[in-house]
Amino acid sequence: METRLIASSSPHIRSDESISKIMRDVVIALLPATLAGLYYFRLGAAKVIFFSVLAAVITEAVVQKIRKQEVTINDWSAVVTGLLLAFNIPASAPWWLPVIGSVFAIALVKHAFGGLGHNFMNPALAARAFLLASWPIEMTKWVKPGADAVSTATPLALLKGVEVADQSMPSMFDLIIGNVGGSIGETSAILLILGGIYLVYRGVITPRIPVVYIATVAVLTFIFGGFSFGNAIYHVFAGGLMLGAIFMATDYASSPVTPKGQMIFAIGCGVLTSVIRLYGGYPEGVSYSILLMNVATPLIDKYTSPRVFGEVK
Amino acid sequence: MGLLSFRGGVHPPHFKEPTERVKIEKANEPKVVTIPLSQHIGAPCKPLVKKGDKVKVGQKIGETDSFVSAPVHSSVSGEVKEVKEKLTPSGEVLCVVIESDGLNELHESVVPKGDIENLSPDEIKNIIKEAGIVGMGGAGFPTHVKLSPPPENKVDTIILNGAECEPYLTADHRLMLENPGDIIYGLKAMMKATGVDKAYIGIEDNKPDAIKIMSEAAKDEQNIEVVGLKTKYPQGAEKQLIYACTRREVPSGGLPMAVGVIVNNVGTAAAIANAIKTGMPLIERICTITGKGVKEPKNLLIKVGTSFKEIIEQCGGYNGKPGKIIMGGPMMGLAQYSDEIPAVKTTSGILIFTPEEARLPKPKPCIKCGKCVEICPAFLQPLYISAYSLNNMHETAEKYNALDCIECGSCSFICPSKRPLLQSIRVSKREILAKKRKTK
Repeated sequence: METRLIASSSPHIRSDESISKIMRDVVIALLPATLAGLYYFRLGAAKVIFFSVLAAVITEAVVQKIRKQEVTINDWSAVVTGLLLAFNIPASAPWWLPVIGSVFAIALVKHAFGGLGHNFMNPALAARAFLLASWPIEMTKWVKPGADAVSTATPLALLKGVEVADQSMPSMFDLIIGNVGGSIGETSAILLILGGIYLVYRGVITPRIPVVYIATVAVLTFIFGGFSFGNAIYHVFAGGLMLGAIFMATDYASSPVTPKGQMIFAIGCGVLTSVIRLYGGYPEGVSYSILLMNVATPLIDKYTSPRVFGEVK
Repeated sequence: MGLLSFRGGVHPPHFKEPTERVKIEKANEPKVVTIPLSQHIGAPCKPLVKKGDKVKVGQKIGETDSFVSAPVHSSVSGEVKEVKEKLTPSGEVLCVVIESDGLNELHESVVPKGDIENLSPDEIKNIIKEAGIVGMGGAGFPTHVKLSPPPENKVDTIILNGAECEPYLTADHRLMLENPGDIIYGLKAMMKATGVDKAYIGIEDNKPDAIKIMSEAAKDEQNIEVVGLKTKYPQGAEKQLIYACTRREVPSGGLPMAVGVIVNNVGTAAAIANAIKTGMPLIERICTITGKGVKEPKNLLIKVGTSFKEIIEQCGGYNGKPGKIIMGGPMMGLAQYSDEIPAVKTTSGILIFTPEEARLPKPKPCIKCGKCVEICPAFLQPLYISAYSLNNMHETAEKYNALDCIECGSCSFICPSKRPLLQSIRVSKREILAKKRKTK
């Protein structure tokens, strides 16, 4: 044989898994809730989603150009970040709010720490926290679903005792389908669950984090919320819990990789969320809970190394 | 009964269709054979012949005094042309090159050795040793050593590995279909040699015909149980197979005998039967020649020492330009840079990829998806071991139990970022072991 062949290390075949396939699956899983957001919040939602995704993709390309890296906007990961950020912003927000958020998420939270896979926090959530701290009024100007954009309060705010003229608690049905005030993508619990089922089916995530997270919140709000089933169920479906548990807490880079670590992470998220919601001054608790647990992730991973096959105890 | 399995693992495509229904064919007689003096794990043999010597089929041509070793025999009759270092599937090794006279004259030592009933355990072990039988699944560990556990390890179970979990390969599958009797006979010989009275034959359920035929062949044997295994890679890995069949976990760093089990390949059992019944040492084996890069995929009975090139030519030759030649399966096989190498006792398959299939994927950053952790059958965290290895932090890699890696390649297979996980873990393992040897 005159030419020497490639002699690489085994294995010689690879699965057809890829980053872009995973990220595309996340976008597909987010589509039902995106459509619900567009249906409930109309043009406002369309505007926020458009600017958020566009800014995320452009920022990624620009940062990678500056850092003289391969531009990887076709791997869909920037789209996912942009879309998730838009989900966390009210439809009434001005166009520049999602743009600043996306630039912050991609340039600072993601690329400043090494790019894809190295962000120690969920970029979209960190950006939401940043926006909320900087523009608290714009970030909490909730509107009622529908064309008229009448301002309203979120179900959790109402639960917390915020008084709004001639407004009663939305029904459980409205809460589940998302016909309530809130951020663009967080309201339709049922469609977010649908997206989650798709992700589990496609093997993108395991049900571990979402199920444990939601179950923890359900149990704690039941016990400490006056042993009321109604209250616990309301907590589960209201606010950003579904969005956070299914799409944010499962972010690969900022959550543990070990099965045991994922359980601890999810329980931690659930405890923090319940504490903030029940005892904190702030009606929502999901994003800060996840961010706090994100920071604890390396430590959790370190102390939850799985038992090796055949390890003698 | 339910299917037995282990935790972790992946599902690579099977690719077994081209050869699973193709009967084993005897390969053409080679004109020249190049027989490496080291085809096993352990001490290499010293040549017993020199240039110009006449040899016969089955004649011992290499041997050593070390216990962990296996003699080698001539697979043809003819004249020794040279004894020198040559390229083999496992690098440059001292080889005996023999030109065949085409007569295939049998050596005097090749005579039936009697029946299992009349042979003592030690006689059986000696026959196996003298026949140069090694593990034919791929590792090539001398079988007589496996069958001689130290007295402190009480062995009570033998498992025959018919999982053939590597994609593409069908050699064991065809052997089970075409020669179940020898497998059972060889297994009974091993049981007698070790005084074990319980044996399993584990077969993946993607070979229902083999499970049926082997069950049929074993139906009069009270102590031999044919068990269906879930089709999942690496079902045939020794420790995973033991766990699937017996629920016993081989301790980290230990050998199967630590939990009282000996595992052997079905091909090894058939070779033992052949050595006892006919006296013929291990000089030929079944090999699957397959892949898109070869014109007519086949299962061939090949003589040890036949060149890959000759074998591939008998399968219609290359289908266009070859991209990669692999000895063994695609998950654990060894890539070869040339086809001018001899088939050895452990050549279970010759897999030829097209240049398209051989293209190496470009590694992307790790996204910490955790899939490698989910599927690792040794319950390791490949992403971290690999990251430490790539940063030359082999001590930390050791803390993450790099040495427990069984090198099955499932992590590299599943990785969506196409990272060289196993490759870098191998580097760490080598560094750690080298350091251990130095400090000893």
